[in-house]
Amino acid sequence: MGLRVFRLVSGRGGRVFKPATGCSPRERRASSAKRGAGLGIAPREIQDQELKKFCLRITGLLQKEDLGNETIDCLQRLFLIVSATKYYRKLEKKFVELLLSAMYFPKSPEQVQVLCAAILREISPSEDLTLFYDHIQNTKLLSLMSSVLLAQGNKRDEVRDVGLRVTKILESRQPEGQSLRYLLPVLSKVITLSPKVLKEDQINLLNKRLIDWLRYASIQQGVAQISGGFFSNPRARQPGPITEVDGAVATDFFTVLSVGQHYTEDQWLNMQAFSMLRKWLLYSGNDGTETPDSADDKSELEGSIMSMVSATSTSSRLLPPKERLRENAFEYCQRLIEQSNRRALKKPDCELQKACLVEAVIILDLLCRQDSSFMYRTLSCLKTLHGRLCGDLAYVQALLPVAQFFLNHSEAAAVDSEAVYQHLFTNIPSELFYNSMLAFEFIQFCRDNIHFFNGNLSIFKSSFPNLFKFLAWNSASLISEFVDILPVFIDASTAIEMLHVLLDLPCLTAALDLYLRSSFPTAEKPLWDPSLKPTSCLDGFRDPYHQALFQYLLRPKAKGFIKGLAPLHELLKPMAGCARVIQCAETVPILIQLFFTVVTEFADGTLINQLAVLLLGRSGLLFDVPQFKAAVHREMSSQLLVLCKLHPSLVVELSKELLEFTGTIRNIHSKENIFTHVVWAIGEYLSVLYDRRCTVELINKFFETLEALLFEITQFRPSATLPKCCPRVITVLMTTLTKLASRSQDLIPRVSLFLSKMRSFAQSPAMTSVYSEEDTETILTRATELMNLLKMPSVAQFVLTPSVEVSNPRYHLDTNTSLPLALQMASRLVEKEASLLSW
Amino acid sequence: MVHAFLIHTLSGSGQATGDATFCRVLYSQVFGSERLPDEPGPRGPERDRLLRKEQLLAVARQAETACKLLQQASGRPPTDLLPQSSDEPIPLQDAPSGVFRLRPGDPFQEAKVVVWLRLLSLGCALVCEPHENLLLAESTLRLLTRLLLEHLKLLSSGSNVLLRGDRIEAILNHFLPQGQLLFLNDQFVQALEKELSTSLAR
Repeated sequence: MGLRVFRLVSGRGGRVFKPATGCSPRERRASSAKRGAGLGIAPREIQDQELKKFCLRITGLLQKEDLGNETIDCLQRLFLIVSATKYYRKLEKKFVELLLSAMYFPKSPEQVQVLCAAILREISPSEDLTLFYDHIQNTKLLSLMSSVLLAQGNKRDEVRDVGLRVTKILESRQPEGQSLRYLLPVLSKVITLSPKVLKEDQINLLNKRLIDWLRYASIQQGVAQISGGFFSNPRARQPGPITEVDGAVATDFFTVLSVGQHYTEDQWLNMQAFSMLRKWLLYSGNDGTETPDSADDKSELEGSIMSMVSATSTSSRLLPPKERLRENAFEYCQRLIEQSNRRALKKPDCELQKACLVEAVIILDLLCRQDSSFMYRTLSCLKTLHGRLCGDLAYVQALLPVAQFFLNHSEAAAVDSEAVYQHLFTNIPSELFYNSMLAFEFIQFCRDNIHFFNGNLSIFKSSFPNLFKFLAWNSASLISEFVDILPVFIDASTAIEMLHVLLDLPCLTAALDLYLRSSFPTAEKPLWDPSLKPTSCLDGFRDPYHQALFQYLLRPKAKGFIKGLAPLHELLKPMAGCARVIQCAETVPILIQLFFTVVTEFADGTLINQLAVLLLGRSGLLFDVPQFKAAVHREMSSQLLVLCKLHPSLVVELSKELLEFTGTIRNIHSKENIFTHVVWAIGEYLSVLYDRRCTVELINKFFETLEALLFEITQFRPSATLPKCCPRVITVLMTTLTKLASRSQDLIPRVSLFLSKMRSFAQSPAMTSVYSEEDTETILTRATELMNLLKMPSVAQFVLTPSVEVSNPRYHLDTNTSLPLALQMASRLVEKEASLLSW
Repeated sequence: MVHAFLIHTLSGSGQATGDATFCRVLYSQVFGSERLPDEPGPRGPERDRLLRKEQLLAVARQAETACKLLQQASGRPPTDLLPQSSDEPIPLQDAPSGVFRLRPGDPFQEAKVVVWLRLLSLGCALVCEPHENLLLAESTLRLLTRLLLEHLKLLSSGSNVLLRGDRIEAILNHFLPQGQLLFLNDQFVQALEKELSTSLAR
């Protein structure tokens, strides 16, 4: 197999990879710069033979214990060769062993070790790899080797081996001059990969170590490691106390938000321990059995209000290590919450405060899930925190875990947390819909808690117009998340408003854009498209005439439907071409489809009728975004059919609306797709078979309307000034007329006459100029078939309006072909009969 | 916990010329291999490795698409894909970034969340476990990107990311050890940077 590797055009040396094409170095550099620096890559094949030779060269270097620049250079290239292809590059077993020993070799510079590890990891999983590391005391090297082992796919229980080895070192006395901090991430990875590695006593021991690191790290600063040289005065470098992020001297124990010039070993371990704390609590709290990080373990929590009330911080020293770790984690998180309220001197620390706050709240929630005795204390702490967060949008991300906590526990703790949800669902989406990270987390939060919301949290359901703001602004990134939560919002009471909201989604995007423009007119980094200057829209956004409409569009809660957003469509027209609006418009058909999948599962006749009327009405009231109308019309048409099929009486019950719709000739051109489907549905379902209320008068009424229409488009209108009517519309109209005639047989002569005229119509010069020969042929064939069919009224009725018993077991899967098939059959029968008669 | 880190190319939107249209993974590191399903049939190491590589490419492609869509929505022209001058400092704070979710089985066995960041013509991405602290993941990604810029001269002409695997590895070993996101305050970052510089100095 020829294997490909990417060679750098402007690479150094070139001893291994020669240029694939002969261009000068300058040209190469130029092309490299042009394409974006560092990317001037061209593929070249490295043959196995060539690779072997190259490995031999490295072997030579390594055997000589030459660990200088040339070796490093070669190893870098080898790493590139093995990593740049997705196919497996075989390295000799002996060579692999050599790389291993170079990694172990005490004199190897760190760079060589790192490279060897990287190469070994890249070729993994590898069967030739056997690592012996029981004797290794160097924790840094051990961490490096673990990364190689953990990449092997755990075929030989490598994860367990690594886990045991690391635990052993963490348990024992710290090796001289070695730092344990390289091992904690390994432990964290091990418990992620394999949940059942550690035994109870090992977990207990590690619990104890974590307590020490988390709670009892030094509060004095570390000493600089590097000796200061000639001028250094050891007394001048007395380490001071640790400070808080705002510069004040620390008043309590060390945390990740404690600042010092230098850190001591235990302070490093404190940071590492907190970084893996959530993972560890989940792991050890579940006794090594894995449950997902969600509120599944409710049973543990229920029925323990007593213990919750009676629990105070009893002398935690007496508790077993697991409980003590929880106690310490609790205190740590509380301290972080307090520390995150300080004004950080440095911007990165300010960012860290936010991340810490989020983590602290998540851990508190986890602790309460694992042990309800924390609930009482956590509750008061988080209530205060929530008050603080409501006033400060900078920490808005922490509101989600806080709300999660209340969702998980407010029932058990018997507290009313309505205010928390109210604030979250009402204020946040309206104000921060443009924050894409928050939007993602918010929707994730909703998805994770669907089981809560499905209950009786009305606030969630009624906030859907607000949540759609996230989607309207971040449609490209959120659509796949949104399809998961959309079904929850849909019920009989919201369906109508929801469909309107979906159809108005691109309009909402434009309105949000205007909202941002008018709220932050002088923003340094505008959140909107700066190339677009919708002055007239902005004026409209502010004028009182449109204001009520905009307020309705930007409403935070569901409040029913108002008529007449049409003025907004007109006003917002200049924004219809805006990329964000177009992206949003593209998601609408998907959402409509999903909406109907959900709604048709529970909708009754009344709702179905309402939806059908809505579709017919809104088909003409859509924001004029390029291609949006066509796509939505397509979706509307197929959904109309679904509704008709589900509730065929619709055709009778909505006869007024349908007559009005089909009687408007404009609709043929502006909504061809929907029109065709409606006409077909009339032909299919306007029958006494589906609804006893279907009278002959009603059939005649429809017949007359459609006949007039067909007459108009075929006899009067074939002029060049009018857009031509798709042949499908004509054939569907003809078929529907025939179907209706077969049910009200007085109409048969009328329709036969009409159909017979089709030939002369098709041959008129006005028509031949508009329709291709193929189109004309199609129309005429259908006309002839229908005429033939009508010659035998009883057969026609059977074919065109089959009874349910006949039509239900449809032996051909494609329902669309059923009619043509039947028609052809009938046609042949008639022709045969005719020829027999004439014979 | 982070499952993988990758650096990949981003083709300029609109410029469909030759190489630029393909999304390529320039560097990737997977932190510990994923638990694989017990499916019947032979599965050699080659196939496992191929799967891993394809998974990362799938992530890169999705990140590229997400990036393009974001770029489109912002309405800004794609001209800033190319560096004006290699000496100009890159405003990392403003670098476009985003996040998306990967459903279970597509392409990873379990669900993941990807945090990505665009750096002119390159993209960096962290593939995280679901429910990871995204604020921390995002700031870690920005930190890593800054370090990559500093230590690899990532975007200046003549720099070759591909031959500096060891530097990338060293940066990751210090700041994202085994894929562990670290709560590093600024002093910790400075201390680690010092350590990193010492280890990189040959």
